[in-house]
Amino acid sequence: MDWFLQQLINGLALGAIYALIALGYTMVYGVLRFINFAHSDVLMLGAFSAFYLTPIIVPMLGAQTVWTALAVILLSAAICAVIGMTIEFLAYRPLRKRPRLTVLITAIGVSLFLEFTGQHEKVFGAATKPFPTLLPKRDLIFGALHISSNDLVVLALTAVLLVAMWFIVQRTKIGMAMRAVSYNEQAAALMGVNVNAVISFTFGLGSALAAVAGIFYAMRAPGIEPLMGVQPGLRAFIAAVLGGIGNLPGAALGGIVLGLLETFFGGMPGLSNYRDGIAFALLILILLFRPAGLLGKLQMEKV
Amino acid sequence: MNPLLECEKVTIKFGGVTAVSELDLHIREHELVGLIGPNGAGKTTAFNLITGVYQPTAGSIAFGGRTTAGVKPELLSLRGISRTFQNIRLFASMTVFDNVRTAMQGNRAQRVRDALLRGKSFRETEARVKHEAMELLKIFGLDEACDAPGKSLPYGDQRRLEIVRALATQPKLLLLDEPAAGMNPTEKQQLMELIRFVHDKFGIAVLLVEHDMKVVMGICQRITVLDYGRKIAEGTPVEIRSDPKVIAAYLGKEEG
Amino acid sequence: MMRGKEQIFLLVAIVVAVALSFASGAFNRYYLGIAVDVGINIILAVSLNLINGHTGQFSLGHAGFMAVGGYTAAKLTLLYGALLPPAAQPFLFAAALLAGGLVAALAGLLVGVPSLRLRGDYLAIVTLGFGEIIRVIFQTSDFFGAATGLTGITKMTTFGWAWALAAVTVYVVACLVNSTYGRGFIAVHDDEIAASAMGINTVRYKVTAFVVGAFFAGIAGGLYAHHKLVLKPDGFDFVRSIEIVVMVILGGMGRTAGVICAAVILTILPELLRGVAEYRMIIYALLIIGLMLTRPQGLFTFGKKGGA
Ligand SMILES: Nc1ncnc2c1ncn2[C@@H]1O[C@H](COP(=O)(O)OP(=O)(O)O)[C@@H](O)[C@H]1O
Ligand SMILES: [Mg+2]
Repeated sequence: MDWFLQQLINGLALGAIYALIALGYTMVYGVLRFINFAHSDVLMLGAFSAFYLTPIIVPMLGAQTVWTALAVILLSAAICAVIGMTIEFLAYRPLRKRPRLTVLITAIGVSLFLEFTGQHEKVFGAATKPFPTLLPKRDLIFGALHISSNDLVVLALTAVLLVAMWFIVQRTKIGMAMRAVSYNEQAAALMGVNVNAVISFTFGLGSALAAVAGIFYAMRAPGIEPLMGVQPGLRAFIAAVLGGIGNLPGAALGGIVLGLLETFFGGMPGLSNYRDGIAFALLILILLFRPAGLLGKLQMEKV
Repeated sequence: MNPLLECEKVTIKFGGVTAVSELDLHIREHELVGLIGPNGAGKTTAFNLITGVYQPTAGSIAFGGRTTAGVKPELLSLRGISRTFQNIRLFASMTVFDNVRTAMQGNRAQRVRDALLRGKSFRETEARVKHEAMELLKIFGLDEACDAPGKSLPYGDQRRLEIVRALATQPKLLLLDEPAAGMNPTEKQQLMELIRFVHDKFGIAVLLVEHDMKVVMGICQRITVLDYGRKIAEGTPVEIRSDPKVIAAYLGKEEG
Repeated sequence: MMRGKEQIFLLVAIVVAVALSFASGAFNRYYLGIAVDVGINIILAVSLNLINGHTGQFSLGHAGFMAVGGYTAAKLTLLYGALLPPAAQPFLFAAALLAGGLVAALAGLLVGVPSLRLRGDYLAIVTLGFGEIIRVIFQTSDFFGAATGLTGITKMTTFGWAWALAAVTVYVVACLVNSTYGRGFIAVHDDEIAASAMGINTVRYKVTAFVVGAFFAGIAGGLYAHHKLVLKPDGFDFVRSIEIVVMVILGGMGRTAGVICAAVILTILPELLRGVAEYRMIIYALLIIGLMLTRPQGLFTFGKKGGA
């Protein structure tokens, strides 16, 4: 039972991170109908932003507190939002009317560019760097149950962000415009929606979430390096597809499901080596039986 | 004449929309039937049901006395149902000739060994296919353009090419979905004569969707009228012309 | 019977490859090694082109098929190489390559089946997933050396083998494409609904494309194993698949001649950039972006689309 609870908390925290990343994939897919491969590297840039910002911010604000952590996270998110919007502007916008495959390959190019540039010794370097402590970490012990305070913070912050996302998308003007573009770009443009601005905003928002997720991920990982985004990015991508790509609640659900599965399978003796394989195998099975994902609606092609 | 296509009380629903409702439609061999109705009446959906693209929610369809329930479109094509599409769907990266040739291979695909060795029999079948395809293209005056990309043809020619492609499958029943859309009256008249010619020459049944009442009345032996997914009238052109329900369906609604 | 221009191409290519192979002592070993890489990459790119280019099924798992072929072939020569006399070695190698191709084709069948239900990005992610699963299997299997992989593989791949098999691949793909198979592939690529309405069995063509494509990727894997002499699971991750995809796209998707050129250039380019080794991969990435922005239809537009 304790083992179960322990894994549940770990899985939820990991799943929450995947959910944050998956939201970015799914939002971009919603408005542009392509998989933004570079999203996983924006996550890495978020972690590195925090890595370089922490030693600057902490002395500025005196001592390490919740506020320094928050400042680092917010600034990193802002930096990544700008990066995301820049990528969209430079690399994807000129290809708006081109086949989706072209954009997909460009995104792969951007991803490789960020990874290889990051690995260059004059940039971040390929070696793993220890991630600074943002928050003093404590283990809360309930009997045999060890819960990291970080996990709780991650869970709480993710919950807040998910609600905020729901609010933005459902209750604000820009959110409505996002949904309009996602539903029918041309019609939205005719109705006076500034499509470019909406797409830009979507990238900014998704990248900011990725930055936060990157920092959370780094807090749980042994360290950070320029390829650190690849694995969680891939998982989050699977999560987005699992939930039904383009579907926001689906991405959140997919992330949690994947985090739980991975933790439970990873925690089972003998299965941990197959963890990656099992995640993909499940994905394939689910897609075979629900080709549009868990919450996605299968659209019959109109002939 | 024997019955060829028998639709009995065919219904299909998309979510809340009943696109076709309890449709009875019978076509005999070598008949030329018109299917008319305002936009959104369910004509294209009826085509999709007959060709197996959609499965009916209720009711049954039989072709040549055998049910088509659960049979895939490619198998129905092999049984003898062929069609054109309202929104032209030519093979975009193929030439005019290859569009037609591809439609001819359904039941005569080559063997891997022949394709790899390129022997005498391979070359002979290729030559025969080429000859047959060119004959069909000639009927529609498209043989000159055989090496042009299909999608580069003028709009009207693309519609004609779709008919040639459909004929290349050697159908018993040919479904034409607004084949004259976008053509001027003269072109329309020429196309209708071609359709009548093909209908006679190949001895096939044709089901024709067309908005221009005058055109349909001119060439069809029998007409079925749909409105809101339901059949509201059926009969000879003379009967349809004077049917008050048909007049009502078309009054106040824009044609086309 | 051997009269078509395709057969002449095949004969000439094989003769030249084997002749050059015998003369290989005269060439610099470094360049010879790159030439073998080029041959292997041509096989990979041309076979993936059958799936992604001609048939339009976006596969991101080609490195997985390559791994299956490579591991199978290497395991066979490792097991039986020592038991056989030197004269029998080329036959063992040929058999091992063939076996690798066949096992990879079987994997292609497994991946082809989901392609029947999935399209576009979903298919891409599933093929990517299959590739990763295959890698994980090799990574965890002691029989295949787990994470350290297979070492001590005998050098058997020569310039002649690589280029002769590249010629065979090009020949087979070209012949298939210029037959009812190719027309079926392209019909599936262009419009599945129209294809099935015209009596084309779309399922059959999709699966065929996957099986044939995987077969040749498996052969390429076997050649690769006996060229590099070590196999590591990491070498077959999805970045490798993407490299092959990039070759296909630069080559102009579905244009065999263009894809061959792209394979040649993209294999040689990193070597040319050795002088600026530290910026090499950055330049590679920028090149992909720049090309997509300026020439998205591919670098080469010669060679008829669909043809060879
Ligand atoms: N795949 C589909 N999904 C949802 N609704 C559909 C689909 N296909 C057709 N419909 C609906 O069915 C009705 C009939 O359409 P259609 O058959 O195209 O009419 P027509 O060809 O007579 O103009 C329309 O209301 C259309 O929106
Ligand atoms: Mg219609």
